[in-house]
Amino acid sequence: MSEAKQKVRVAFFDFADCEGCQLQVTYLNEAFLGLLEHVDIVNFREAISEKSDDYDIAFIEGSITRKHDEERIKKIRENAKIIVAYGACACTGGVNGLRRHYTDEEAKEIVYKGREFPLEAGRPKPVHEVVKVDYYIHGCPTNNDEFVKAVKGILLGKGYTPPSYSVCVECKLKENVCLFEKGQTCMGPVTRAGCDAWCTSYGNKCYGCRGMLDNPAEQGQMDILEKNGYTIAELKQKFETYNMCRMEAEKNG
Amino acid sequence: MGNLSKKELDINVEYLTRVEGHGNIVVNIKEGKLEKCQLEIIEAPRFFEAMVKGRSMFEVQHITSRICGICSTGHCMASVKAVEDAIGYKVSDQTTMLRKLILHLETLDSHLLHAYFLVAPDALGVPSVLPLVKTHTDVVLRALRMKKTYSDMCDIIAGRHTHPITVCPRGWTKVPNKKELIKMKELLESTVDDLNITVDTFKTLTLPSFERETEYVALNHPDEYAFLDGDITTTDIKENIKPQDYKQIIKEYHVAHSTSKHSKNKRDSYMVGALARANINFDKLNAPAKGVADALGFKTPCYNPYMNTVAQVVEMAHCTYDSLDILNHLINNGIDETDIVTSWPTRDELHNFKVKAGTGVGAVEVPRGLLVHEYTVDEKAVVTNANCCIPTNQNLANIDLDMKKLIPEIIGKSKEEITLLSEMLVRAYDPCISCSCHMLDVKFV
Repeated sequence: MSEAKQKVRVAFFDFADCEGCQLQVTYLNEAFLGLLEHVDIVNFREAISEKSDDYDIAFIEGSITRKHDEERIKKIRENAKIIVAYGACACTGGVNGLRRHYTDEEAKEIVYKGREFPLEAGRPKPVHEVVKVDYYIHGCPTNNDEFVKAVKGILLGKGYTPPSYSVCVECKLKENVCLFEKGQTCMGPVTRAGCDAWCTSYGNKCYGCRGMLDNPAEQGQMDILEKNGYTIAELKQKFETYNMCRMEAEKNG
Repeated sequence: MGNLSKKELDINVEYLTRVEGHGNIVVNIKEGKLEKCQLEIIEAPRFFEAMVKGRSMFEVQHITSRICGICSTGHCMASVKAVEDAIGYKVSDQTTMLRKLILHLETLDSHLLHAYFLVAPDALGVPSVLPLVKTHTDVVLRALRMKKTYSDMCDIIAGRHTHPITVCPRGWTKVPNKKELIKMKELLESTVDDLNITVDTFKTLTLPSFERETEYVALNHPDEYAFLDGDITTTDIKENIKPQDYKQIIKEYHVAHSTSKHSKNKRDSYMVGALARANINFDKLNAPAKGVADALGFKTPCYNPYMNTVAQVVEMAHCTYDSLDILNHLINNGIDETDIVTSWPTRDELHNFKVKAGTGVGAVEVPRGLLVHEYTVDEKAVVTNANCCIPTNQNLANIDLDMKKLIPEIIGKSKEEITLLSEMLVRAYDPCISCSCHMLDVKFV
């Protein structure tokens, strides 16, 4: 029965990143085998040797940094019917955005100290700054519950829209004590939900890995943080960890 | 080298698969002369040392964890140990024990992934684990079952394996309670049968026979098979070097044929990883691990790099039983649930938080070998300088030299066989190219 079914051809590609989100996919375990009943994975460099350019859905992990990476993603865009950016590096630029604090020359000087060989450092960009993205699965790393939900929606043709409310909503439902009450800071109030308040439920704070909300109360967040004794420079850093690319884009209109 | 005489051969494996990260293998033989033979690195450089500059020491592990998903726990450990060393902070015994436990889980998970998903397909003559789903269903299901168990244990202790949430400087933001410890113990015990069958499976796999003696480098600890703590030693020097003096051993250098940083000590290359650890610390493996080594015919010193995978299976036994010891200890002696810290000093702490400016080093054995992070922090706890020495970078020169010895030995074989043996050699090192933030784009003719 399943043999006769036309399977969707799926490809995974990675760019500048840690490949942790691909790894998350391997943690799907049995759900991964279930997925194989509905899709053919035709490209997944980290796990398999098979390669093909014939696919319907391309999952993109990582930020686009160099010229030939831009060409590669453009080619993938031509081949794929649907592009899904998954993981912070692809969706928002992730921590790679922090590199934008430095010019190529400065970054090279810090890391490669006076090295003579040529090197294209590139400029880290989220995927949507280079090609059109159809769907986003946020997170650093992605959360498998959300990943499965999103993939189901995409395979069924319904698509997937991540939550538009903040992490605080999920955190409250988990009955966590607010970190501000405990004298700590948190990016939860301005960060997109969907992770089920993962980090705050494990005693850490929200670092904002899912990116800022579409309409975040940025000033409110700055006021709270400032009230808690942080300098403007420190506040800016907290926003920048995962939102550097977007902040730059907004600044440049 | 007899039949090298007139051979013309061009091998260019682009986007080498089943490794973590992006690399190509290039072999050129012209008129019988081995002109080029190397692993070329095409991973996009990411500049983590620049990214953490100016950031607080309390979030440096959060950022450096993102160097690599598969080794994220190892990077966290090296980071927190380095910043604690910089400010002279000593963690509790319980914190150390839990750190050992989570590092074991990462080693188990990573070795399992490497042995089953990345190496076994070569030994069984298939391009990936996918065809095995049909032909060797039990093997795939076993691997997935074990992997899920390790990841379920990581979920309990750290919220997840990839980028663990609860690990931070000074300790843990959450510790498992007794019920959770018992659950973890049950989970780990449930893998023991699968581990035994894993050993049986690997008994049936034949790995290429090839030897090249080199210098082996690993941490060394007087009381244990070193993973989290220890001094640096090598098979050549046989003395212990403090982690802070790591530059005495790890000498990074540039080579003309590649723009990635390589490392060496006194010879032209050295090896880190499971095989290096086993060659240095075999006597400190626990009894079950020694039993596995015996069953697999693994003896040290071992100079066959393909045997790195076998050393990993041996370490899986060590990590499993050492983790059970840790869990039993914590269950029997009770866990101090008040021994938790905030990831960042609280508002009140911050006002009185005194940090002694300084430089610190964290040296840890991660699945692929010795990992060193070094940070300088100022009195405001801000990182002013960073350096990370990645295991895969340290192995690159050794991989190149292995290939240079291997290719002439197998030159009589077909291009396909030579390609496969070269790929298998690179994979045996379990290279993690994502980690290698020092690596650059290389263009070859």
